Amino acid sequence: MSTVSEPIAGTKVHYLNADYGIKSWLLTTDHKRIALLYLAGITFFFFIGGAFAVLMRLELVTPQGDMMQPETYNKMFTMHGVMMIFFFLIPSIPAVLGNFLVPMMIGARDLAFPKINLLSWYIAMIGGAFTLYAVVAGGVDTGWTFYTPYSSTYSNTHVIATAVGVFISGFSSILTGLNFIVTIHKMRAPGMTWFRLPLFIWAHYATSIIQVLGTPVVAITILLVGLERGFNIGIFDPELGGDPILFQHLFWFYSHPAVYIMILPGMGVISELVTCFARKKIFGYAFVAGSSVAIAVLGFLVWGHHMFVSGQSVYSGMVFSVLSFLVAIPSAIKVFNWTATLYKGSIVYMTPMLYAFGFIGLFTIGGLTGLFLATLAVDVHVHDTYFVVAHFHYIMVGGAIMAYLGGIHYWWPKISGKLYPEGWARLSAGILFIGFNLTFFPQFILGYLGMPRRYHAYPEEFQVLNVMSSAGASILGVGYLIPMIYLVWSMRYGRPSPPNPWGSAGLEWKTPSPPPTFNFDKTPVITEDPYIYSHDEEVEVG
Amino acid sequence: MAEHPAVAAHHQFDDLEQQLDASTLGMWVFLVTEIMFFGGLFTAYAVYRSAYPEAFAEGSHHLDLTLGGLNTVVLIGSSLTMALAVRCAQLGSNRGAANYMIATLILGLVFLVVKAFEYHHKYVEGLIPGPNFVFDSPHARHIELMFCFYFAMTGMHALHMVVGAGLLIYFILQARANRYSPEYYGPVEVMGLYWHFVDIVWIFLFPLLYLIGHR
Repeated sequence: MSTVSEPIAGTKVHYLNADYGIKSWLLTTDHKRIALLYLAGITFFFFIGGAFAVLMRLELVTPQGDMMQPETYNKMFTMHGVMMIFFFLIPSIPAVLGNFLVPMMIGARDLAFPKINLLSWYIAMIGGAFTLYAVVAGGVDTGWTFYTPYSSTYSNTHVIATAVGVFISGFSSILTGLNFIVTIHKMRAPGMTWFRLPLFIWAHYATSIIQVLGTPVVAITILLVGLERGFNIGIFDPELGGDPILFQHLFWFYSHPAVYIMILPGMGVISELVTCFARKKIFGYAFVAGSSVAIAVLGFLVWGHHMFVSGQSVYSGMVFSVLSFLVAIPSAIKVFNWTATLYKGSIVYMTPMLYAFGFIGLFTIGGLTGLFLATLAVDVHVHDTYFVVAHFHYIMVGGAIMAYLGGIHYWWPKISGKLYPEGWARLSAGILFIGFNLTFFPQFILGYLGMPRRYHAYPEEFQVLNVMSSAGASILGVGYLIPMIYLVWSMRYGRPSPPNPWGSAGLEWKTPSPPPTFNFDKTPVITEDPYIYSHDEEVEVG
Repeated sequence: MAEHPAVAAHHQFDDLEQQLDASTLGMWVFLVTEIMFFGGLFTAYAVYRSAYPEAFAEGSHHLDLTLGGLNTVVLIGSSLTMALAVRCAQLGSNRGAANYMIATLILGLVFLVVKAFEYHHKYVEGLIPGPNFVFDSPHARHIELMFCFYFAMTGMHALHMVVGAGLLIYFILQARANRYSPEYYGPVEVMGLYWHFVDIVWIFLFPLLYLIGHR
């Protein structure tokens, strides 16, 4: 970590100033620039998806349905789900942080297929455009799950445009995963053996496997729904003997593993943050790495737990229940190993570490409530209630987005070459944590008491908890806006960052910040394991 | 043999060998995604065929075994010419590679033309699923379902053939411009992988759709 004391080169050529102009961005094949294109794109989709959440929480402040029609509310939760899942969460960490960091962490100049990488961004944006068209044209009301026969026959909203958007954006996800798999297999620097890979890479490798194996299945499924709706061919139509439950099987075969597309890269981020800010080698490297792969594999075997009350047989329900419990094992391995890493570490409470702590706690709650839902008898009681809503928001927002923001802060000096304002960052991390829990914890109670999801009105006795949730959502909204403002601000006005402000042992920090276009001036040769930290080193921030 | 211009590896690779390794693995991973894509269709097919075996057999008898068989032979032949094209490219014979790829392209187009005739027959016989579907049988509704699969599966396969034909034209032009050499033949090999995959899909489609209930 001798790099910490190196002088900051003011006029050095790096990937941001190597070329100027809109063309140099829109036609770039540099994985770092494409990561920033993704960052801009998905931030836009995030705020659109967020706007729908705001409208929903406003409607739910009062028990009566007074702000919007029930049909309008159906569109709100559908478009919130579609935008957030397909256009923000799934690309979030892999396409932004993964794109930026995978080549640098393995010592490569770029991904294996830079042009395909750029193509995947365009595909994602075209898919987003179709979905935005559906939103502007009047929305879609099937729920993000597109269940047949509602989506294929009965809904009068813009299902086809949305489905086309989701179908197209799936190829972006497939191509990103393909690029990562090939890059990790074939482009590692000399000495970068599989068990010297950072855990971030292991997590992205596992994620890529899911993207490559799962996404095509949902693609064909959505295509079949589109054909059924557009050309009256009835693959899932009961009138022809088709089976709507088959749609659910095919849909969840992707969409359950998709949850792990969202959370696994987050776990990779947390592994990096915890070691760096505890100044300690990760506890049980091989177990943390292997548990990523185990989650990816097990994740493909549990889709039926979404269908406990859909009419699948009791026996397959029991098998899916047991398999779903098994996912808790690799997840717990990760949480215990992070905790063990903290033990006797020299913990530094910088912003990324605050997000990491937030992640560990919230993910644990989200994961444990998942076990309630995997239990057949309990699920019959809480299925399709706010308990489920709270559970998956603890994973997706409390887990995935906390990790995403933690990662963005941690690698911000690497990405922008500037330091973000630490005070504001800590404040907003705190606001987010409070806002998040106030929004979603009451929903566990609401669900347990029996409030179903996807209704625009509710009995009066639920009002207090709903008002708490809506109040929390407004705090959460402020928590998202603050980082957005100060990060953009810091790109221009932030203090210049030293190459390695955190004293991190990661390979990506051994090149200047921001890095040159080809990442390393000379291909690095790796001679030691990752996460070599000693207690004495302190984090130095300029 | 014509002279080959020297080819440099793309900037992200150390040498041409790494580049070939990466692109070959990339195509294999892509083919895995294709298997999962068709896998969804095959799964749905398997579910319905086991639910309605008589209807699927009865519907299958209305497919043209002769044309389907002819197309199977044509496609297997195209796989042979594609394999020969790859071999020529590896040996540095651009002429041979181009000619064998032209043969592959022609066979692929023959397949598509035959398929178009088959579709036309189905249209004339009123076997297109939808409001105009006519079939005189107690299983008519389930047979309509079978024809949904027939068109979805063969249509998706034909779409892959069209994409393959487009790619072939590009690689034929490249070979005619003497782009390939014993050091640089990766694109033709990767093209070959794709073409063989599309053939293999048909090898599964043919018995699943055409040969049900035949003795």
